[in-house]
Amino acid sequence: MVQGMLLLLLCQLAGEWLMVWLGIPIPGPVAGMLILLVGLMIYGKVPDFLRLPAEGLIRHLSLLFIPAGVGLMVFAQLLAQHWLLVLLSLVISTLLTLILTAWMMQKLEQRQQNRSKANGNR
Amino acid sequence: MEIGNFWVYFAARPLFWIVVTMIAFLVATWINRKAGGTALLHPVFVSMLMIIGLLILTKTDYNTYFEGAQFIHFLLGPATVALAVPLYDHLARIRRLLLPILVTCITGSVFAAATALAVGIAMDGDSRLLLSLAPKSVTSPIAIGISEQIGGYPSLSAGLALLTGIIGCLAAPLVFKLLKLKSETAMGFSLGLSAHGFGTAYAMQTSALAGAFAGLAMGLTGVFSSLLLPLLVRLFGI
Repeated sequence: MVQGMLLLLLCQLAGEWLMVWLGIPIPGPVAGMLILLVGLMIYGKVPDFLRLPAEGLIRHLSLLFIPAGVGLMVFAQLLAQHWLLVLLSLVISTLLTLILTAWMMQKLEQRQQNRSKANGNR
Repeated sequence: MEIGNFWVYFAARPLFWIVVTMIAFLVATWINRKAGGTALLHPVFVSMLMIIGLLILTKTDYNTYFEGAQFIHFLLGPATVALAVPLYDHLARIRRLLLPILVTCITGSVFAAATALAVGIAMDGDSRLLLSLAPKSVTSPIAIGISEQIGGYPSLSAGLALLTGIIGCLAAPLVFKLLKLKSETAMGFSLGLSAHGFGTAYAMQTSALAGAFAGLAMGLTGVFSSLLLPLLVRLFGI
């Protein structure tokens, strides 16, 4: 458990340092995720001491968003003034993005499956 | 001791606001379950409203609250790193679908920001507000970083990303029905791409496979948005 938590934090730290050093604008935690993924691919399995804290954190992911969400109160005035713009922008864009990406992913997936089937029959 | 003094003592302790946040979340989760799990009463949304209400009632400012709540906020970092575990579990499938994943993700990341900006520009929005809207489909910790970089309000972006997450969970069942979508990978992927952590949590309820693809989409959208949004914003001339 402690080892696993330490490993997660080390990956994040490594990710943060690496991105600053390379001057790439990818946030540290995402870089850390990629580092850990590469590490797991090399190691060949997920060690038990990592699985426990990792799955615990992911299961309660939504709790971790609350402190930042409460921060919206700081912008109460701005939001009261522009609420329609914000709402329309978020709703329209999210709806269209969902439709486009779900449709695209399914189409591309089917095409790939058909192609690998065709290759298999040859 | 006067009740006023008592309050001042406790409200100043970081521990108090951690406890408040966790209790609010448990109560909100319970309310959500009672209401049949509707995304309209998303536990995060309900907890936010309860905590904001309490802060206003007790005349506490956000900085005081965050002194305690930052310890919960901090865990977002290692939690994002931890997403490598479900990704690794589904690696074989991800490898097979690598090209569709990359094509959809790059298109989707740019499309999400571009449509949000287009609506904002059409309604003549103020440029800092628009810049804060751009990373709305990106998970909060990354949205904060992008917003900072392109000149928006970082904490507003984090909040708008949360609202996007809730909207995504509300819209997803309708969209999937409309498209007659059957593929769990496509469901998970589109959820993670457009509604980041909320979408991932929602997809996890469908299946572990959908959840893994949602986590993948969330991570990749974060990566591509960090790289592409600064360019896109320049293209829009904001």
